[in-house]
Amino acid sequence: MTRAVFERQLNEVQEDMLVMASMVESAITHSMEALKNRDVALAQRIIDNDQKINQKRYDAEEKCIELISLQAPLASDLRTIISVLHITVDLERMADHAEGNAKIAIMLADEPPMKPYVDIPRMAEMAIKMMDGALESYRTRDTQRARQIIAADDAVDSLHEQVYRELLLLMIEDPRVIQRATYLMWVAHNLERIADRVTNICERVVYLVEGRIHDLNVSKY
Amino acid sequence: MTAQPVRLKAHGAVARRQAVSSVSRYVFLGATLVGVFVLAFLAYDTIGTGGDRLSWDFISNYPSRFADKAGLRPAILGSAWVLAATVVLAIPVAVGTAIWIEEFAPRNALLTFVKLNLANLAGVPSIIYGILGLAIFVRFYNLGPSILAGALTLALMIIPMTVIASQEAIRQVPSSLRDGALALGATRWQAVWHNVLPGAVPGIMTGVILAISRAAGETAAIIMIGGFTFLHFSPSLANPIASLLDAFTILPIQIYGWTIDPRQEFRENASAAIIVLMAGVMTLNIIAALIRERFRRY
Amino acid sequence: MRQLDLAESKRPVSPLSEPLEPLLTNDVAIPESGGTAAIRNPSEEAVFRLADVGVWYGNKHAISEISMSIPLKRVTALIGPSGCGKSTLLRCLNRMNDLIPGAQVEGSVEYHGADIYGRDVDPVEVRRRIGMVFQKPNPFPKSIHENVVFGAKVNGIRGDMGEICETALRQAALWDEVKNDLRKSGLALSGGQQQRLCIARALAVQPEVILMDEPCSALDPIATLKIEDLIRELVQNYTIIIVTHNMQQAARVSDYTAFMLAEEHGVNAHLIEYGPTTEIFTNPRDKRTEDYITGRFG
Repeated sequence: MTRAVFERQLNEVQEDMLVMASMVESAITHSMEALKNRDVALAQRIIDNDQKINQKRYDAEEKCIELISLQAPLASDLRTIISVLHITVDLERMADHAEGNAKIAIMLADEPPMKPYVDIPRMAEMAIKMMDGALESYRTRDTQRARQIIAADDAVDSLHEQVYRELLLLMIEDPRVIQRATYLMWVAHNLERIADRVTNICERVVYLVEGRIHDLNVSKY
Repeated sequence: MTAQPVRLKAHGAVARRQAVSSVSRYVFLGATLVGVFVLAFLAYDTIGTGGDRLSWDFISNYPSRFADKAGLRPAILGSAWVLAATVVLAIPVAVGTAIWIEEFAPRNALLTFVKLNLANLAGVPSIIYGILGLAIFVRFYNLGPSILAGALTLALMIIPMTVIASQEAIRQVPSSLRDGALALGATRWQAVWHNVLPGAVPGIMTGVILAISRAAGETAAIIMIGGFTFLHFSPSLANPIASLLDAFTILPIQIYGWTIDPRQEFRENASAAIIVLMAGVMTLNIIAALIRERFRRY
Repeated sequence: MRQLDLAESKRPVSPLSEPLEPLLTNDVAIPESGGTAAIRNPSEEAVFRLADVGVWYGNKHAISEISMSIPLKRVTALIGPSGCGKSTLLRCLNRMNDLIPGAQVEGSVEYHGADIYGRDVDPVEVRRRIGMVFQKPNPFPKSIHENVVFGAKVNGIRGDMGEICETALRQAALWDEVKNDLRKSGLALSGGQQQRLCIARALAVQPEVILMDEPCSALDPIATLKIEDLIRELVQNYTIIIVTHNMQQAARVSDYTAFMLAEEHGVNAHLIEYGPTTEIFTNPRDKRTEDYITGRFG
């Protein structure tokens, strides 16, 4: 097959992106752990590690620009490289949200827990499942799966709404918990943003396969 | 690591090949020199023998039994007339045929037949043309042993080789020139006239030069037609066209006539006549070469 | 489409995507041959309509079943690997295939509704309206002025030749470089200038369409880019059809692109895909087009 070198470079940059994605996934998972277990050291590690994730994004961008300028990619090659450029941005933002949660975990570590965390970890679980699914659909170029995942975002959004109302009630009942509650609202918000970013990734998968970028995530919220 | 000094002087197999190449150079030079020397010797011998006899009288006198009074007048004028008529008859036909074959003819069996025959005709011995000319022009068309009959016969003889040379000349004009003209909406004739012919002229001229030289020196065919060796009249300068039907002689025949005469004086005449003939042919060649150069400007 | 584990599957047209704007023409039904999904005729006014066009060279079927419509005042590019018949197809459009012995054209090529292979049609008329620029610049061995006005002269176009020459040279973006000496030989120009001279020459007969057969493949990059800029300027007034094996050039220069592919070199080539250039190069529908464009062979 011709263009063996280009193929290899194209695969490499996509592998790098998937590695970055797994780093982001573990940042999200660990940030939830740190929150639940009040593990400050873990949270700090997540915050420090964010640098590496950012660097991976810049590396990916550089490689993509190099491929564009030197290899003149067309058709699906071009769409692949464009997708990698966009997806790595989404991943980096997701990592930032996870880092935000880690910071909040540190801030909440000293405070006594308000209530057992139920919905928030559920949101995180759903977001991570969505992310797994999105990466799998990227690997297998499965647009049907991608569309399903986009539809699943509605569930995360409704959970977010629920958490928000719950925390609001708690704040009205007991104003002493306002600070903690607002932090938790922020965590839920971060998780909702993470899920939303995952839908962006799924839209990119559809673009990659079908050649047009649509807004497929029409939120009901 | 010690670096081996790079040895670029020819050695071993390379030196052997170079030796062969150098030798071959001298071999080819030798071959050329053989031709040059032979020509030089012939020229020296001829000029030596006949140079003294060259004079205006010699050129303008009629042949005579007396060597010192003998002249070339009928022979020169005869040759000139015959050659002129031959060229006028043969060249347009030959070039036209070549243009037809290369540019216009449909590619079919007839064309192949024609091309094959042309190649064969070019190799036919000239005496055959002489016999043909005798039968057709002299006898059947009743032209008698005239300049016209001679010219027609010579024309037939030189047409095949001229066609072939012209064909080659036309063929080596790059087809991109032809295509470019046609793509602009030129007709086939316009493309040929404006683009192909100017480029083919050098080659055609070369062919014409060769043909004229052949015709000028042709003896056997004219003898068959009935060119005489001893004439007391020559084509009239006042009446050039009418003269075409006169009997005639040509330089090669005159030379032949004098050569077989045992008397030494006539040998000298023959040598002088050869000089005149060569000078004439060379002049024609120079003219044709000048025409060639003018078109080769491109 | 390549997955990361390199599964090669033909990508279906997604049933879930929104319907594209109608690109299919309203009138003549697109023939079934060639795969209708991948051949999207522009909805704009057409200059040429090809229906089942094919070419035989002797008993070799070089191209077959080509059906497409070529839009007015746009640049249409023909791309494909060597031996895929793009030049052959181009030559069908101005009847230059007539000049190749043994070439037979089948199907119909309609130029503004009239079949150019019709019985009463004169190829010279066709070629006046549909000009051609060749791969290797082929200026005539004449002066620049004579080159440019050649077409006008052979076609009997009246007018001030100097004006015609200047207009054509200006349109070809060559005037400023040669205006000081139009008597200079066309062959004395650089490659890029020669090609622009050939374009000027074609423009001087005021054609409607200009066919370009790999016009830049013999030129250096700067000359190539100058000609590409020229093409984009000319397309405001002329319809241009360009054959190129340089995909980047097709992407830069053309509005519509047609991809052709042969079964083996020079045999049985078909039209695989045809559509707007942006679509062909970002989202081709046929896997063969995708493979060719991304350079995956073997």
